[in-house]
Amino acid sequence: MADQYQSKAKVLKSERLATDVCRLTLLCPDIAKKARPGQFVMLRIAPAALDPLIRRPFSIYQTTAGGQLQILYKVVGKGTGIMAGLHPGDMVDLVGPLGTGFPIDVRPRHCLIGGGMGAAPLFFLATWLLRHPDAEPVVLLGARNREELRAIAPEFENLGIPVGLATDDGSEGHHGYVVDLLADSLTGEERPWHVFSCGPYPMLRAVAKLCHLRSRRCHVSLETMMACGIGACLGCALPRAGLNGYLHVCRDGPVLEAGQVAWF
Amino acid sequence: MMNSPDLKVNIGGLILKNPVLTASGTFGYGEEFAPFVNLHRLGAVVVKGISLAPRAGNPPPRIVETACGMLNAIGLENVGVDRFLAEKLPYLRGLGATVIVNILGETLDEYRELARRLGEEGDIAAIELNISCPNVKKGGVAFGSDPKMARAVTEAVCRHARQPVIMKLSPNVTDIRVIARAAEEGGAAAVSLINTLLGMAIDAETRRPKLANLVGGLSGPAIKPVALRMVWQVASAVKIPVIGIGGIVTAVDAIEFLLAGATAIEVGTANFVNPKATEEILAGIRSYLERHKMQSARELIGALAPDA
Ligand SMILES: Cc1cc2nc3c(=O)[nH]c(=O)nc-3n(C[C@H](O)[C@H](O)[C@H](O)COP(=O)(O)OP(=O)(O)OC[C@H]3O[C@@H](n4cnc5c(N)ncnc54)[C@H](O)[C@@H]3O)c2cc1C
Ligand SMILES: Cc1cc2nc3c(=O)[nH]c(=O)nc-3n(C[C@H](O)[C@H](O)[C@H](O)COP(=O)(O)O)c2cc1C
Ligand code: FES
Repeated sequence: MADQYQSKAKVLKSERLATDVCRLTLLCPDIAKKARPGQFVMLRIAPAALDPLIRRPFSIYQTTAGGQLQILYKVVGKGTGIMAGLHPGDMVDLVGPLGTGFPIDVRPRHCLIGGGMGAAPLFFLATWLLRHPDAEPVVLLGARNREELRAIAPEFENLGIPVGLATDDGSEGHHGYVVDLLADSLTGEERPWHVFSCGPYPMLRAVAKLCHLRSRRCHVSLETMMACGIGACLGCALPRAGLNGYLHVCRDGPVLEAGQVAWF
Repeated sequence: MMNSPDLKVNIGGLILKNPVLTASGTFGYGEEFAPFVNLHRLGAVVVKGISLAPRAGNPPPRIVETACGMLNAIGLENVGVDRFLAEKLPYLRGLGATVIVNILGETLDEYRELARRLGEEGDIAAIELNISCPNVKKGGVAFGSDPKMARAVTEAVCRHARQPVIMKLSPNVTDIRVIARAAEEGGAAAVSLINTLLGMAIDAETRRPKLANLVGGLSGPAIKPVALRMVWQVASAVKIPVIGIGGIVTAVDAIEFLLAGATAIEVGTANFVNPKATEEILAGIRSYLERHKMQSARELIGALAPDA
């Protein structure tokens, strides 16, 4: 755990991609250089304030060679509300890169399935996989509606890889859950499939179940409440499969093999 | 050119290089903070509470943020004394950190056995006794809420430990001075306070408690005024040194506790917010002393002016 930093980062860009979906571009070379897909940062949005007090965890959406790091996020409460009001030149405080990311093995075919902001770590993963000439990733994205989907899908489509779409209200793509698209995507037996997923808990549970039934290797990126992000507070406990104690999502995860988790 | 101020403090015979310690449960086993802090520079690293057998802890959610603070119901999850000694202590020893081990038990026998095991380790500087846990033999009443039990557990641990024993006090009592005196009579070298204040958080939309354990311990800046008042009260009620804990985020917070009568302080929740908090507080105390032309941090202890 040596390659972790606490850094002041300058806001370079603060964009609104949809009504409640935003993207923050930060300059923090030390963290950006070490970050791997699936890892996250703990962000202190207003470094001088005592409220909100606790840092907020966010997956890393993308890094650039120039030391930039992007976060794709949904405005859901107090902290993300303040984040959405950040301007270029503002300073935030980051701790990262944290946690265990996606295990990358280029022999299997990869299916990346994301719901809502779960797309964030999968985009970083997709760009990483595409560095390998043999990789043929397939992406499936779900969102509430067309507006939210248009905030996240174009960057995946620009990678030139197959992208399947679903919306809860049917305003674009399949009308229903993105998991409905998964079974039909895992075809062709010449290369085994490895499924990577991030999104709301019920979606991850459905993905884990389907992969278990079809004997596909599956890794999921999970969320819990977190106070420290570095394995010290023990607040991020998640029941282990077989109810045999707890995993700690900030360190054992956030990416976990689906079979390690006790699904409820 | 003035000499740089002397930061050493004396905790019941234990000389610490400075008064900045970490609060148990907020600093892991120390190694988690090694990327951010030079552990050997701290007055001491107080590790997560250790029990005789490993504990799995409470079901989630275990933590929730509240105004200027947080609630936790971790359930005293820890690796147990065997793994602590085999896997965690050697790392801290290797870094040259001063180590204080926080212990917890559910019976007097457990406390006694822990004190005996840790007493065998020469390089554990002190034992901090968490008595906020329920005594299973006494119908689950917390050891720390009854002066007789508090005294008995202090005596038992002091008899078996070779190190100074620091009794950590719970604020969830009618008069904290009574428990502090019981600890002093039982032979404690110092008292540390406060542990977390019992609290609760409710989600109005779902109409459910926010913690699986229903209630949890409140910590962070929200509790600082309560902690400061209790430290001030206890400092005048006992002769042994007092270690101040509760909502310390900055050097100024730490200095306020010293003025109220604390000999040293522990930094807790602030470590989550700012992993470098301890070293920054240490630097801040040093520059405060220089600015006020004071030779020693000890000049601050209990130096509260009598009136506003
Ligand atoms: C490893 C990890 C990666 C994440 N990545 C992303 C991402 O890429 N994009 C994104 O939009 N969101 C992500 N989240 C969720 C994000 O952390 C929360 O949405 C954010 O903390 C909400 O903050 P708030 O102050 O706006 O909400 P609040 O007003 O505090 O609360 C709204 C809700 O947010 C959640 N939340 C609040 N604080 C925390 C916390 N400390 N830890 C976890 N959840 C919390 C709770 O469910 C809460 O009910 C991630 C969470 C984790 C654990
Ligand atoms: C997540 C968490 C875990 C804690 N675990 C312990 C523990 O194991 N033993 C103990 O004596 N105190 C424990 N405490 C209490 C702290 O050591 C400290 O007394 C309290 O948090 C008040 O200080 P603060 O406001 O600076 O955090 C814990 C506190 C927190 C927030
Ligand atoms: S968030 Fe603190 S241990 Fe995982």
